[in-house]
Amino acid sequence: MRIAVLMKQVPDTDDVKLDEEKGTMIREGIGAVINPLDLHAIEAGRQFVEQDGGTLSVFSMGPPQTEESLREAIAMGAHTATLLTDRKFGGADTWATARTLCEILKLEGPFDLILAGEKATDGETGQVGPEVAAMLGIPFSTYVSAIEKKSDGVIVTRTVEDGYETQFLPFPCLLTVLNNLNQPGMPTLAGKKRGHSATLKIVKAADLSIPEDELGLIGSPTRVSKVFYPKIQRKCEVYTLSDIRTGIERIVRELKNRALL
Amino acid sequence: MEKENRVIPRILVISEVKKNHILPVTFELAGKAAELARKIEGAVDVLLFYDRLDEPVDSLFQAGADRALLVEDSRLGLFNQEIAVKIGLEVLRRYPAQIVLAAATTSGRTFLPAMAAILHTGLTADCTGLDIEPETGLLLQTRPAIGGNVMATIKTPTHRPQMATVRPRTFPKPVPVQRKGAVEQLELPESCFSSKIVPLSHERISDDYTNIQDLDVVVTGGKGLKKPENFALLEKLAKLLGGGVGATRPTVEAKWIDYPHQVGLSGKVVSPKFYLAAGVSGAVQHLAGMQTAEFIVAINKDPEAGIFKIADIGLCGDLFEILPELIAALEKERGEGR
Repeated sequence: MRIAVLMKQVPDTDDVKLDEEKGTMIREGIGAVINPLDLHAIEAGRQFVEQDGGTLSVFSMGPPQTEESLREAIAMGAHTATLLTDRKFGGADTWATARTLCEILKLEGPFDLILAGEKATDGETGQVGPEVAAMLGIPFSTYVSAIEKKSDGVIVTRTVEDGYETQFLPFPCLLTVLNNLNQPGMPTLAGKKRGHSATLKIVKAADLSIPEDELGLIGSPTRVSKVFYPKIQRKCEVYTLSDIRTGIERIVRELKNRALL
Repeated sequence: MEKENRVIPRILVISEVKKNHILPVTFELAGKAAELARKIEGAVDVLLFYDRLDEPVDSLFQAGADRALLVEDSRLGLFNQEIAVKIGLEVLRRYPAQIVLAAATTSGRTFLPAMAAILHTGLTADCTGLDIEPETGLLLQTRPAIGGNVMATIKTPTHRPQMATVRPRTFPKPVPVQRKGAVEQLELPESCFSSKIVPLSHERISDDYTNIQDLDVVVTGGKGLKKPENFALLEKLAKLLGGGVGATRPTVEAKWIDYPHQVGLSGKVVSPKFYLAAGVSGAVQHLAGMQTAEFIVAINKDPEAGIFKIADIGLCGDLFEILPELIAALEKERGEGR
């Protein structure tokens, strides 16, 4: 069984503080971590390999410092890690990102199972997984909260708006996973040592046979034309102790004004 | 003469049928699409695929659609993303569109990216604003990132179609206008219905469960509830207001409540008219999932809790005293209203 995990390094949102005046996120000095949902993808891959043997390979596209997160993935149980880093990959939207990841998966593959977090906490699009699967021409599923491995494929549970769906997908397939799939373990000391001493594979644009006009910003069908910081301004009226009753009356009035009561 | 030969640019809305009814977001999308269509002198198609539909499609025209493209097949009872992609691509091949919109549901966010990948075009997820750039006629897609702390306006300048998913309740439900449209029952080739994926089941949490993203009122509990049983207080409150119950990540991780209730970066992003958070401290990951609500009430015993910073009204005290009092006040109001 050959398993690949697609992961992304993101700003540590648990660290994030809000700039109270501007209502924006303070990003300076924020650490970078493995996208939280990707940890569950790595853990799922590790468990499958532990049960049935095989290899677990992680892939990430990003700036050189992504190396740290890839080493952490090895510490968690991945066997090999590949970093796709090149200025030419920079500014890629989801289509161009998927195009690049698809190419490395073909080059290093074939894989029986490809896993990724359902979405990343920074971009929050959840698009790269399905896009990679479509480009590879393999079946895929999303919002996966349980995986039952069979000899010829997987039965997955998708957590959807009103409940749960189950589906069978044959190998090879790609799954994007949610956080209730499993409980990622902490890396062991031996794992950390492995991560520290592992040799990462570094892939540049020149190593891939992708036309330049399908790479990075140039290869991205979408363009960001404007970025702005919405100010969410609320003046919190705080009621406490004997004022609570007044606060409740305010709430009732507000609900009535909004025709919600 | 040239004007007469002009090809009418079309906007395709791909929507969903749930429990044999058209998903409400369909009308929101049709209404928005009609607004966009006026700006590009275009027309709106709505594609629905289902195994059974128990309502007339006239309401689509009243919401702004010009044509309903319907695919009915017994194999469409359970969601199959591979089939959804094939149907979407086949319909686009027959009815080329400049713009494709779908709801940012677990279905739409699954089949639309795969379609965009194959079509080699851009897709913008979870748009909260859509407009047409006057000079170019391009679709302007505005979306939040990092839980609404940053907004970005995105264009797809040269690739077609321009594709976007839109969260339910982002756009208002249009006021119905008396107008008619064309209905086309499509016969699609068998290949559209073949798939390697085998859908097995769809288990609904309960019959009256509604997605909290679709509701005007969401009342959320955090670890301050102390015990899973105390979610009953919030259920009571939600019921009084016709709303739903939300939950923070720690309560879901502690298995006090199911994941579909989770509000936040790692759960659902909600934007109701009224949001109440009880016993919620206000971690950024939670705030990012609800801070765009129209009106926010926070109940917490810690005056320093972060949740107060983004609330309109804060009740600082013991939620086990305040919630029953609030419920009693609402019950009294309802009683008098009758």
